Amino acid sequence: MPGTFEPLPGGGAAVALDDVEISIIRSLAVQLLELIGPGPAEDAPDDPLAELFADGPSEPPSDPVLKRLFPDAYSDPEGTPQAEQAEEQREYSSEFRRYTENDLRAGKRENALAVVRSLDALRSGGDGGAVLKLSTDESRQWLGALNDLRLAIGSRLDITDEEDTDLLYRLPDEDPRKPMVMAYLWLGGLQETLVTTLMP
Amino acid sequence: MGRVTSPAPVEIERTESAEEVFAVPEPDVPWVTIVHNDPVNLMSYVTYVFQTYFGYSKDKATKLMLDVHHKGRAVVSSGSREEMERDVQAMHGYGLWATLQQDRK
Repeated sequence: MPGTFEPLPGGGAAVALDDVEISIIRSLAVQLLELIGPGPAEDAPDDPLAELFADGPSEPPSDPVLKRLFPDAYSDPEGTPQAEQAEEQREYSSEFRRYTENDLRAGKRENALAVVRSLDALRSGGDGGAVLKLSTDESRQWLGALNDLRLAIGSRLDITDEEDTDLLYRLPDEDPRKPMVMAYLWLGGLQETLVTTLMP
Repeated sequence: MGRVTSPAPVEIERTESAEEVFAVPEPDVPWVTIVHNDPVNLMSYVTYVFQTYFGYSKDKATKLMLDVHHKGRAVVSSGSREEMERDVQAMHGYGLWATLQQDRK
């Protein structure tokens, strides 16, 4: 079935993709890579320790997608903290960010790169499509990348509650958001069937 | 819900001393990791993360996922501040929206 991962005997998963689907996933993964950006060591490629010792940022990202991918660790979205407590939360959040965000960015970059690599290794079946086969490890990386892509698109589409999702299902065809919504829902189907193959 | 016709609430006499009220939280008061609801994350995926990362049973993971979904949040783990920072970082790695806080009750 198109857009549906099936479990492989002995572990792993497979999905049939046509050329358009392959190019959509690849292009979204590349955009995500560009958004997440290079690691800190890219500025000093000759120094193998640069990445290890580079401090991460202390301020939250300004881009809403990145803000969602790397949220503040010490802020209660439902809380109304006193000024003093809010200041403390900001301080703790930026400290957390300094020593975790580089690693988190690296992990998300790895997952998105794994997606690009496995798509580039696909041999076309000759009929404008191919069957993508993933090992269990690759499936986990795909699962993370599909989730990040859906978070990114969800954030761009401004999906902040369940009602927003319901509205998107009913968009008229001429709405400029329609193609992005179709991609969002299709990636959701891929992720849903992939997670089923990985359930412990 | 029915109407409750009780008298005006009675002020309960505070028994804590001034010192206790202003005391800093005990260092051994546990911290908790809270996962917040997010309309994008799939319910199956959130359950998968709770089972895979925390090693929770399918029942427990599903219950926590439903709490997040219906109540908007759920405490998914508790422990020292360092442990909770590790859990929050892992949740962010999976793309779940998580925060930590001291479990002041």
